[in-house]
Amino acid sequence: MKKEIISIHQLRKDFHVGEVTVHALRSVDLSIREGDFVAIMGTSGSGKSTMLNILGCLDKPTSGSYLLDGTDVSNLSKNELARLRNLKLGFVFQSYNLLPRTSALENVELPLFYNNSVKPRERRERAMAALGAVGLADRVHHMPNQLSGGQQQRVAIARSLVNDPVVILADEATGNLDTRTSYEIMALFQDLNAKGKTIVFVTHEPEIAGFTTRNVHFRDGSIVKQHAVENPGSAREMLTTLPVETD
Amino acid sequence: MNITNLSKIALSALMRNKFRAFLTMLGIIIGVASVIAMLAIGEGSKKSIQQQISSMGSNLVMVMPGSQMMGGVQQGNASSKALETRDVTAIREACPSITAVSPEVRGGGQVVAGGNNWPTTFYGGDVNYLDIKKVEVKAGRMFTEQEVNAAAKVCLIGQTVADNLFGTEVDPVGQTIRFRNIPVKVIGLLEEKGENTFGMDQDDLLIGPYTTVQKRILAITHINAILSSAVSEEATTQAVTEITAAMRASHRQAEGEEDDFQIRTQAELVSTFSSISDILTTLLGAISAISLLVGGIGIMNIMYVSVTERTREIGLRMSTGGRGRDILMQFLIESVMLSVIGGIFGIVLGVVASSVIGNLTGWPIAVMPEAVALSFVVCTAIGIFFGWYPARKAANLNPIDALRFE
Repeated sequence: MKKEIISIHQLRKDFHVGEVTVHALRSVDLSIREGDFVAIMGTSGSGKSTMLNILGCLDKPTSGSYLLDGTDVSNLSKNELARLRNLKLGFVFQSYNLLPRTSALENVELPLFYNNSVKPRERRERAMAALGAVGLADRVHHMPNQLSGGQQQRVAIARSLVNDPVVILADEATGNLDTRTSYEIMALFQDLNAKGKTIVFVTHEPEIAGFTTRNVHFRDGSIVKQHAVENPGSAREMLTTLPVETD
Repeated sequence: MNITNLSKIALSALMRNKFRAFLTMLGIIIGVASVIAMLAIGEGSKKSIQQQISSMGSNLVMVMPGSQMMGGVQQGNASSKALETRDVTAIREACPSITAVSPEVRGGGQVVAGGNNWPTTFYGGDVNYLDIKKVEVKAGRMFTEQEVNAAAKVCLIGQTVADNLFGTEVDPVGQTIRFRNIPVKVIGLLEEKGENTFGMDQDDLLIGPYTTVQKRILAITHINAILSSAVSEEATTQAVTEITAAMRASHRQAEGEEDDFQIRTQAELVSTFSSISDILTTLLGAISAISLLVGGIGIMNIMYVSVTERTREIGLRMSTGGRGRDILMQFLIESVMLSVIGGIFGIVLGVVASSVIGNLTGWPIAVMPEAVALSFVVCTAIGIFFGWYPARKAANLNPIDALRFE
């Protein structure tokens, strides 16, 4: 049995909008183990974004427990949560969120700036290694506006990897990309997963979810269905089936 | 996150918007430069006043007549006839803190030589009068003790008077001039002193033996003032005490009676006129400080814009482990950098501007190191003060909202 990275039990999250209370999450139980590649699916308003915020330690649950890599997150202060995000989590966003007019290398270095134990030299080496791992070793000094959407997302993935997190949280990471680039990014995620990275991938596209190993479906704040994906497709193989670009 | 890392981040953020950073700094640059230049001008004028006053004499202590009762009527100071030559003798004998003492008698009148005439003032003093007043003889000689005793009709002539009576061609020494129709022989020409701070021409005068001016020209028995030199600047206070005692004894004033004379020292004059120049300096400084304040508001404005513009960056930094404190420090360091770098440029500009103004106008300009140090401190304070609220706003952002900010 692999080590349990995320353990959520009876988790609730309520929002108070004026006098109305919105139950964004109602009694959610979820367990994610090391090496899992989980797709969290659901329509907008299903609670999947709230779930991701809580998984990402950006938000606190109203009740219930959340253990991240053995640490109970519920009772931590804001600063302790920030430290946890720095050491244990990597984020990949739909809109990349790279710093403009800042080189790919410096963008990837960013999380290490908030880790005092990493010296400048090590910071550079690790950022170079992370960019190499996403296939951008020759683009380290490019600015975001000199990179394609897919390349920008690769920089963002390198940034999420650089701190060697226990889990990578991706929020609609292929949402802004065309089919070919989406497949390329999913192939990269599959490679990372094959090397043992735990990935939680929020998406509403069933096709993308088909590349993961487990799907969790949210509706109205509850998990309605979760199942292992039998024979997950290989994004790399799918790429070969796409018509060759003519331009 | 340590300060070095934060400074690197802040610097790279500023470098991303070089022109904007420069424009923001410009407010501070102009503010600091004008504070430094204005204070330098103010300080320069103060120094020049001090120089002028000290050129009036060496550690000068002046005794002037005070208000007097005459038959129950209080008299004005200037009309007083309280001082007499025996007071000079009394001071000379009783005051060890005094190196030289001389009576001063003066009277205005028209001076005539050939076809020219000129209104001037005839000053009478003792043989040491020139030393006390720090005046040099340029040509000819000073009058002697015999001439003082004999009330000889001789005088030394100031450059302005000489120019107006004789022009530049004729040597005034040896000529005879008429002051109030009394013929006086010119025995010496005085070195030029120029105008003093108050616009008075210090070369528009005649100097002769006090006996001559007192008896032959004005026909009076009193003297107008007593000039004396203290042994040193520090001894001035002691000299004042001694002179007061000597004068009271000489005037036979009873205990508790008010002095019928006044004593003025150079130090007092310096402080009186310095205080005027201090007001000027403060005023100029305050006006420039306002421009510094406006510069600070400029920084605050641009930091607010920057925080709003970079909301997503802030969200990203928080999601990758930046704490509120880190974000606060990042923006605070940015605004302090803006103001301090601006301050350094401003100091340079201020010093350059001061010397340019000094050269163009001929004013004595003195850049005060205190002003430079103060500007630097004020700049840092401005950076922190005006950067605080925008930085707080950034630090208090909710990372979820910040990340999704459009």
